Amino acid sequence: MSKKKVMVGMSGGVDSSVAAAILLEQGYEVIGATMQIWPDMNEDVKLTEGGCCSLSAVDDARSVANMLGIPYYVLNFKDIFEKSVIDYFKDEYLKGRTPNPCIACNRYVKFESMLNKALSMGIDYIATGHYAIITYDEDRKRHLLKKSVTQQKDQTYALYNVTQEQLSHILMPIGEFSKDDVRAKAKELGLYVASKPDSQEICFVSDNDYGKFIEENTDKKIVPGYFVDTKGNILGKHKGIIHYTVGQRKGLGIALGKPMYVVRLDMENNNVVLGEEDEVFSKELTAHDLNFISIDTLDQPIRVKAKIRYSAKEADAVVYPIEDDKVKVVFDAPQRAITPGQSVVFYDGDIVVGGGTIL
Amino acid sequence: MNDNKIIYLDHAATTPVNPQVLEAMLPYFSDKFGNASSIYSIGRESKKAIEESREKVAKAIGALPREVFFTGSGTEADNWAIKGVAYANRDKGRHIITTAIEHHAVLHACQYLESDGFEVTYLPVDENGLVSPQQVQDAIRPDTILITIMFANNEIGTIQPIGEIGKIAREKGIIFHTDAVQAVGNIPINVVDLNVDLLSLSGHKFYGPKGVGALYIRKGVKITSFMHGGAQERGRRASTENIAGIVGVGKAIELATQNIEENNKKLLELRDRTIEEISKKIPFVKLNGDRYKRLPGNVNFSFEFIEGESLLLMLDMKGIAASSGSACTSGSLDPSHVLLAIGLPHEIAHGSLRITFGTENTHEDIDYLMDVLPMIVDRLREMSPLYEKVKRGN
Repeated sequence: MSKKKVMVGMSGGVDSSVAAAILLEQGYEVIGATMQIWPDMNEDVKLTEGGCCSLSAVDDARSVANMLGIPYYVLNFKDIFEKSVIDYFKDEYLKGRTPNPCIACNRYVKFESMLNKALSMGIDYIATGHYAIITYDEDRKRHLLKKSVTQQKDQTYALYNVTQEQLSHILMPIGEFSKDDVRAKAKELGLYVASKPDSQEICFVSDNDYGKFIEENTDKKIVPGYFVDTKGNILGKHKGIIHYTVGQRKGLGIALGKPMYVVRLDMENNNVVLGEEDEVFSKELTAHDLNFISIDTLDQPIRVKAKIRYSAKEADAVVYPIEDDKVKVVFDAPQRAITPGQSVVFYDGDIVVGGGTIL
Repeated sequence: MNDNKIIYLDHAATTPVNPQVLEAMLPYFSDKFGNASSIYSIGRESKKAIEESREKVAKAIGALPREVFFTGSGTEADNWAIKGVAYANRDKGRHIITTAIEHHAVLHACQYLESDGFEVTYLPVDENGLVSPQQVQDAIRPDTILITIMFANNEIGTIQPIGEIGKIAREKGIIFHTDAVQAVGNIPINVVDLNVDLLSLSGHKFYGPKGVGALYIRKGVKITSFMHGGAQERGRRASTENIAGIVGVGKAIELATQNIEENNKKLLELRDRTIEEISKKIPFVKLNGDRYKRLPGNVNFSFEFIEGESLLLMLDMKGIAASSGSACTSGSLDPSHVLLAIGLPHEIAHGSLRITFGTENTHEDIDYLMDVLPMIVDRLREMSPLYEKVKRGN
């Protein structure tokens, strides 16, 4: 019997490198690939960094692939990344929402474009170094997405958009391991990437200054406006709505004698609405653009643990279907800074029920 | 998998070193290791080997030995020619004429000069990739100091009317450089007949070693030196000579030009058979480049509804080495500037395949290619929603 083929998305970092090594041990025919997604760099970057693309990631991934003795390719996803991640990211901010580009990248680039490309080439699976577990549940006759055994490393929040069809072709081999096991495994394999720090920031924005990134990459004029309180009283001037996000306190650039937080972004009037801490809390939200994994559709209210951003704690809530592709989520206790554009993800224990985008 | 057998169909990228060439080179790594600038016997021997090689290169292109300067690559020869002429003649003018389909070694050198105050006209080409001598004539200005146009295109194989352009340049007294990296060894070349002032070539494109090229500089052409240091290459390109490489390029060009007719006959047969079979067996394809004015070993097709990248990967998995577009530093593929310049839309420029034959290829290689290629194209198209629509429409 011929071996099953799997294409591993490799970033040159520990997690994806170890994922490739584990799959080899498990007997797959492994092909390494790095998605080239960054737009072409300007001359200044070339002068100091030497070259286009994120070359260090590619160089690292290539050397890991050579060490593992697997074929390795760099695949061009520049167009789709620009359209479905960067443009989406800019548009959302320009509409006063706070997007999560990693979710868009997983949804459209990794688990759609890359998966389709691999399948069209006769490759059976794609694999990534995400901390999550994919299993098949015989009773439900469904593929399930579950939290990694290392809860603090769990990455399921950014993966909730995967479909059943996609899950049947995705492998996430490191979900069963702890971060320490993964690092130890990397050392054992002699992967010199073992000491690299985890990546955290938005990969296409330098210095994490997304406001500057948007200003430099849009034709739209970023217009300054007013900070107002929840009653509409003007408190000061802001430098453009894209620079703010719900819940923000630091970097507002005005002194009001007491801690003030962004409560809401009012696009219509180009106002940033500020309030005191208790005004940032609310008990409900509506979400749309839904995807469910452990169930086919939601036709009656269910009790879940819900998570409203990557770094948020899960909270007890009930999800009510209200209309097609729309739910209302009511929390037992008020949640801090529910932010339009971010995703809400529902859990039943370790199992990802599904999620959607907050309206 | 094809039992690990590799069928190499990418001779425009590079070629294997001819065993006779390798044999000629080997002594210069060990026994005959002398520095050609030294006065003792093993130094003199190295010097002699270089000069013999220079004569061979000169003879192959109809030049005088003293007009041939060895370089580290074809890219270096292009850079030297373009920047060297531009800077040496900038008091006469700052205008350069080239085409939109040059190799990056030429395009990026020109862009660099633009950032330093030169003006560059990038001539468009027709749908076959040909530039017309009339266009060149019309682009000439009083301050034009250099015309640089490639002899044959590396992607679509189109051969330019170099003789006619050379005539125009000579009449107007403008220096004419041609990047002949793809042409040398494939097309008989005589720089005197063609009125060429500078010509770049590269050893590894005609079964010589990598890391060595040459620039022909017609006697009397004003050009700055490329490297400053010792007296090597008459002080114009200082650096201790790469003797084994230089011996290799000399031997390789000698062999390639000796057998040019016989080789071409074989390559033409392979090329024409492949063009014919792909056109016949696979629907929705387009041959890129001129059907006849093209390099004898070059085949370049666009396949609608698929990406060249997936096609190449699948061919690689089947043991076939071919190429598409131009590789970015990371190794990923961008749509080719050449295919965009001949008017292909972005999505079709993405779906191209270049096959370039060489002396070791056989009809069996094409048999295998034609077994595998239609199957792969079919498979990739099956996944394309656009192709689905077209099929249903039929």
